Amino acid sequence: MSATLPRTIIPFGPQHPVLPEPIHLELAVEDEKVVDVIPSVGFVHRGLERLVERKDYQEFVYVAERICGICSFIHGQTYCQAVEAIMKIEVPPRARYLRTIWGELSRLHSHLLWLGLLADSFGFESLFMHSWRIREKILDIIEATAGGRVIFGSCKIGGVRRDIGPDALRTMLRQLEEIERDMREIVDVFLNDGTVKQRLVGVGILSKQDAYSLGCVGPTSRASGVRQDMRQLGYAAFDEISVEPITRTEGDSHARCSVRCAELFQSVDIVRRAAAKIPDGEISVKVTGNPNGETIARTEQPRGEVAYYLKANGSKNLQRFRVRTPTFANLPALVKMLPGCTLADVPVVVLTIDPCISCTER
Amino acid sequence: MSYFGMSKLTLKSAFRRPVTRAYPFEPRRVIPESRGLLVFDKTDCIYCSVCRKKCPTAAIGTSRSQKKWTIDRLRCISCGYCVEACPKHCLRLSTDLGSPAVTKDREVY
Repeated sequence: MSATLPRTIIPFGPQHPVLPEPIHLELAVEDEKVVDVIPSVGFVHRGLERLVERKDYQEFVYVAERICGICSFIHGQTYCQAVEAIMKIEVPPRARYLRTIWGELSRLHSHLLWLGLLADSFGFESLFMHSWRIREKILDIIEATAGGRVIFGSCKIGGVRRDIGPDALRTMLRQLEEIERDMREIVDVFLNDGTVKQRLVGVGILSKQDAYSLGCVGPTSRASGVRQDMRQLGYAAFDEISVEPITRTEGDSHARCSVRCAELFQSVDIVRRAAAKIPDGEISVKVTGNPNGETIARTEQPRGEVAYYLKANGSKNLQRFRVRTPTFANLPALVKMLPGCTLADVPVVVLTIDPCISCTER
Repeated sequence: MSYFGMSKLTLKSAFRRPVTRAYPFEPRRVIPESRGLLVFDKTDCIYCSVCRKKCPTAAIGTSRSQKKWTIDRLRCISCGYCVEACPKHCLRLSTDLGSPAVTKDREVY
């Protein structure tokens, strides 16, 4: 039957009403069914890796934070961890806990943003608005503790710039209780509502074997049953706060949604545990001299593992800087997921890997 | 499988005050720790140019001979690096977001 159907090429993106990110997909379709996908990126390349040769290594934290607008804090943190590893700087324990708290708040706001976009992709506008209503409260907490809403600007080499006082911590925990209650309401809709299930269950299936062999990271791989979470490496305060990866076995869009929903509550729990255990003391150490050497730093971003490679030659400018972002690792999986879907499911499947193309192109 | 999962939430929202504000009649609550407009106090400035050297976006300009401190508001990212670096504490970040810049002029102090 399919051999007789003519094949049509439909361009999807880089400008598309559903997809806010500039990725272009050439979809080969037979009738309504996608049979082949060719992705292309390169619309928002900013040359940030090259910029490292012209910026002071301490100033570059600001650039690293701006690689991505959503996981900005964790980008800054990974860069700082890499430089600290080269320069053998011991970060004070309180700063490590503060980084953990801000990292998890960043994950909360990223996942809530994603849930909203997912709801928008299958036309559930009120659910989209409710997700972003809750996200707004997280952004207020971030602003009240770090000073910025999306770009935190609070991480620096040798520690953090700002402290969260005991009163602010208590206020944050009280607000998180309210947010958790709100999240339960929308998560219930995402996981159990019939209309949501009709659009997500069985759509864009990725097997565990494919997820592993294509090098998937983050919730995309965990939804296919791969137990992998970079927080288990024990960076920041994760050596003292244990994290169990949340996995699902179905590997479809609903499983990816379910992993992220469960991670929302996991992040709230981590913030609570970090706030309970946070030690007193300094929040930064003085950094002198220039880095000399090379290293790789890995952290778990909301979208998955990010890997930084840094090479320094003893001058104030770094010699080489390379970032492997989670979306870059998840794009091959997207090409695997799409064939077999209908054209109407394409935006949903593309969104389930939580694409961040600006991040990918750096 | 429920088809009315959203109804409870929608009904609750229908009888609640709107979450959004009627801006500009109802301005946003000021968050004291927020990083906003960079404010310069000329009184103690020694024009050492540390702020200019530290600024990651090269927004600040200084001249010791003319006793001038300038800023390009379009370039400033309110990161606060200059505030930390200033030896005389002449700089601070206010919570005010400032008015939109419509020209590319530098503010001169």
